[in-house]
Amino acid sequence: MTQKHDASFPHPSLDEEGSLLPHPTRRTVLTAGSVALGGAGACTLAVPFLDSLRRTQASSAASTREQAVMDVSVQDLAPGAHKIVVWQGMPVAIQHRTPDMIHALEDTALLAQLADPQSRIRQQPHEAENAHRSLRPEYGVYITICTHLGCVPDYKDIASLPASGGFFCPCHGSQFDGAGRVLRNMPAPYNLPVPPLHFVDDHTIRLGESLLSPHYSLNSIQQL
Amino acid sequence: MNDNTTPSTGWLSTRLPFLRPLCQHMARFPMPPVNLFWTLGACLLVAFGLMFVSGLFLSLHYQPDLSQAFDSVEAIERRVPSGWIIRSIHTGGVSMLFAALYLHVGRGLWYGSYKAPRELVWLSGLFMMLLFMTTAFAGYVLPWGQMSYWGATVITHAVEAIPGIGHGLLVYLLGEDTLGGIALHRFFILHFTLGFIIATVIGLHVLCLHGTGSSNPTLDSPRPDHTTRPFAPFYVVKDCLAVCVFLALFAVLIFFLPDLLGKLDNVILANPLKTPADITPEWYLAPWFAMLRAIPSRLGGLIAAAASLLVLFVLPWLDRSPRHNATYRPLVRAGMGLFFIAFITLILAGMHGATPLWVWLSRGAMLVWFLVFLVLLPVTSYRERQMTGSSTQGETS
Repeated sequence: MTQKHDASFPHPSLDEEGSLLPHPTRRTVLTAGSVALGGAGACTLAVPFLDSLRRTQASSAASTREQAVMDVSVQDLAPGAHKIVVWQGMPVAIQHRTPDMIHALEDTALLAQLADPQSRIRQQPHEAENAHRSLRPEYGVYITICTHLGCVPDYKDIASLPASGGFFCPCHGSQFDGAGRVLRNMPAPYNLPVPPLHFVDDHTIRLGESLLSPHYSLNSIQQL
Repeated sequence: MNDNTTPSTGWLSTRLPFLRPLCQHMARFPMPPVNLFWTLGACLLVAFGLMFVSGLFLSLHYQPDLSQAFDSVEAIERRVPSGWIIRSIHTGGVSMLFAALYLHVGRGLWYGSYKAPRELVWLSGLFMMLLFMTTAFAGYVLPWGQMSYWGATVITHAVEAIPGIGHGLLVYLLGEDTLGGIALHRFFILHFTLGFIIATVIGLHVLCLHGTGSSNPTLDSPRPDHTTRPFAPFYVVKDCLAVCVFLALFAVLIFFLPDLLGKLDNVILANPLKTPADITPEWYLAPWFAMLRAIPSRLGGLIAAAASLLVLFVLPWLDRSPRHNATYRPLVRAGMGLFFIAFITLILAGMHGATPLWVWLSRGAMLVWFLVFLVLLPVTSYRERQMTGSSTQGETS
């Protein structure tokens, strides 16, 4: 292609596509540039406003840890009894199982009805991936927030099966067994989460800190 | 400007038929050859928008509760992500807004923008100024620091000066005997609601302006210029330029001089047992504080401060001369100049301690304020009407 240095000669590409793209005048360029700059300025201004909606930072690192870790005494919990504690604003059910309840968790009729009987989906630390889905068979600790849409399930055993201390969600009827495992064909897709925890002594559970899986947290599970 | 509608705008204007005439009216709105002082309205609009948005986001984190108000403001400054910049926009913005507001009103005084047929523009604007002052005062109470508490105490006690009903009215307004949690909650609701009310009054103000059009500063000059240009794009661009300069000054204030206008006493929690040694209002309310102090009677000070504002409302009827622009009215030019000096003197007086010098300066400034509006303007306008009546019929715009 030969170069033409005649100022009056329009640029070939513009000339050919002139019907699609009209020749931009200086005013068009200036207007578009100003609008683009102004738009960029408005977007920049929006950053702090949107940023302020993020979670507020804790007042200090110490208070973050204070909120994160909680010791719960289970001395007052008789076999067969349970209690609900609030940890980080979430309900955590702690049940003291009788030998019958522990046995009921391995009932073959129950296992056949469960969606994830082997706890393959990560809703618990590795040390709780067992038949009783807890650190010690006699204590079950679960965050009772239904994995369907976040309601809090009540304590209710599964009908027609040995009592293991199950959970029943009042919102859409999801049924869980005593180890927080959801039954098949329920609205809830996953088992109830197990919080990070360890036993400080035989009667004290520390929520929020796992000794065997130090990296396990509620951010690392499939779904809260 | 744009008569040939593309299919998309045609779709909208078929369903909202008023939209196209409205846009055309705004774009074609004929502007006389005004100067840069006529861009202050656009700056005010931007300042108000920033105050409105930053205020909304602050209210998401603020707790209007006696035990939490101060801590929630500290949390906004320290823990809410970007909270410090939003609060800076709000606390710095009030000074930018009042600076532009007083210049805007000053422009109206100098160029006679209050005169017929723009009385409603002037009155709605003054009403809005009172709303802004109330909003600023209510907002200043909210952080519940020492200056908040004692400023609110002093001003609410001015109500007590009203004979007979004063004390009962004060208790009724505060909701309890002293300034406390109920009053704080009321101040918050007042401050929050007034933002929306002011937004409505701005609409009214612009509506009134568009009924009559902008005033023309050249009409009284030897060579009046009657040409008008459409608002878009000429004055859109001019306003945008002014807004850019305004925003640059705004940024300098909040990023480089964050402590210039703040008071250290207000980062101390309100203490009803200890009045700060130096209690002075923010500069934009200082003139009226100086007036309260300059009159040696509580009720007299209240009446003088109220009258200084009320006299502005009757200005269109005090000055009925056909001439608008003070530049071409020698006496008014001197009077307005004196008034501006008096206003600045009152600001300074209100920000300084009540020494005899400042008290006497305030009294002098108040005298100028009332003499200019109540004596100089009526007399001058009477003379000017006589003059124009004897020669040709004066031009009215």
